[in-house]
Amino acid sequence: MTEEVIFAGFGGQGVLSMGKILAYAGMMEGKEVCWMPSYGPEMRGGTANCNVIVSDEPIVSPIISSYDTVVALNQPSLDKFESKVKKGGTLIYETSTITVPPTRKDINIIPISANQAAIELNNQKVFNMIVLGAFLAVRKTITDEGVEKGLKKALPERHHKLIPLNMTAFQKGKEFAK
Amino acid sequence: MGEIRLMKGNEALAESMIRSGCDAYFGYPITPQSEVLEYLSNEDPMKRTGMVVLQAESEVAAINMVHGAGGCGKRVMTTSSSPGISLMQEAISYMASAEVPCLIANVMRGGPGLGTIQPSQGDYFQATKGGGHGDYHLIVLAPSTVQEMVNHVRDGFELAEKYRTPVFILADGAIGQMMEKVELFDQIPRKTDAELPQEWATTGRGSRKMRNFITSLNIQPEKMEVINHHLQEKYRTIEKNETRFETYKIEDADYIFTGFGLGARICKKAADMAREKGFKVGVIRPITLYPFPTAVYQKYAGKLKGILDVEMNSGQMVEDVRLAVGDKTRVEFYGRMGGMIPAPDEILEHFEKIFIK
Repeated sequence: MTEEVIFAGFGGQGVLSMGKILAYAGMMEGKEVCWMPSYGPEMRGGTANCNVIVSDEPIVSPIISSYDTVVALNQPSLDKFESKVKKGGTLIYETSTITVPPTRKDINIIPISANQAAIELNNQKVFNMIVLGAFLAVRKTITDEGVEKGLKKALPERHHKLIPLNMTAFQKGKEFAK
Repeated sequence: MGEIRLMKGNEALAESMIRSGCDAYFGYPITPQSEVLEYLSNEDPMKRTGMVVLQAESEVAAINMVHGAGGCGKRVMTTSSSPGISLMQEAISYMASAEVPCLIANVMRGGPGLGTIQPSQGDYFQATKGGGHGDYHLIVLAPSTVQEMVNHVRDGFELAEKYRTPVFILADGAIGQMMEKVELFDQIPRKTDAELPQEWATTGRGSRKMRNFITSLNIQPEKMEVINHHLQEKYRTIEKNETRFETYKIEDADYIFTGFGLGARICKKAADMAREKGFKVGVIRPITLYPFPTAVYQKYAGKLKGILDVEMNSGQMVEDVRLAVGDKTRVEFYGRMGGMIPAPDEILEHFEKIFIK
């Protein structure tokens, strides 16, 4: 099993952290992982992305041409990466920030409203965990236990009290894919 | 098995530095390697091993501090990125001449000039063909994974001390910034004062008849030529003993993709994709850029239909590949510059355009 995914959106949406949690979770489950951020002149409100590879095999190249899954959280990201989804792959996008939806017919397209769900949870900061939940419900790369272990590794200890809230958000995200 | 962690390349390099028993780090922040100083500051190495971490006022100051501490026989390191490394060249040449061991890492970014902060391999010539003035070489290690960022620091210190020479780690912004799983080795103790190299290091005169003296100034040409001969002899020994490379799916290969560092990993993916299309492609990856693994190219050149050299520059290592194989096989080049990274499908497309169609 190899999953090659890119998370792309606005700076401040937690895109890089989301990828990091997935990478940590993969490592905790004994898989090979690679996390590659875009680290250009990014800023809050600008675009940011990271690609993550989770695999049972050693990872040959951290640079890839196309993705099993693209998670697009704003319009520029969707415009840039829709064509990079492998044929038969998955495209997850956030409905509240995307006005021109994807048009490809040869991929699995899943719209989610993670923003709305975050508002319902009364916490905008868990937006990325909702998205991660939706992603892992569709692409069953990591178990829920793995994600919780990954969170513990990714978050500094002083933030561990927030793990239950993050897992609630994660579960809410999983419902989108049903 | 050592401790397993998920780390950025820059952090892994910094952690490996502490664990290698490094005595002192002198540096100045620059993207994309600022995490080195950041990580070291957070880790408080003074508490862990007694290692000194100092943010100098500039790259020029940092490398001269390395020169001073290295001359005292201490295990010392600095890191920077392309423009900062250019500032250090004078002292690097001095250290090569005075035979001061030290470790320097360049996490390359796109140039020339201040350029961009995105990954590049544009400093190959600078690292392998001198960089500073005079006839000298550095041992140049080119990591392609975060694990190698760990290993090359430990190996680099050992090589530096074995040959009394500055050793260079030539990485790029992507390897510095990306996270991979690494296995860390256990703490190597720092050298005690008694273990410092008494025969040359400036450790105080003590009971010596004459004080040890570190200099690169030898104004009499007769003496300077002797020193040059000695350095060249040392480089020949290094070429004989320390050449390292990796090969991938090479035994039945009709074509070779070659590159170093990150570029080589992209080449492997492209080679896999080419094999799916029925082309027998292998990869040669030099691990030491100086000494360059000339022999492995010569070994395979005769039975190849061609070599495609891929770099994140305008074609630098390709000159060494061409020197190695002469007219035995066709050598072509594909590269991206200024902080752009070639994708595997791009490499495959160029391979087919050049060699197949």
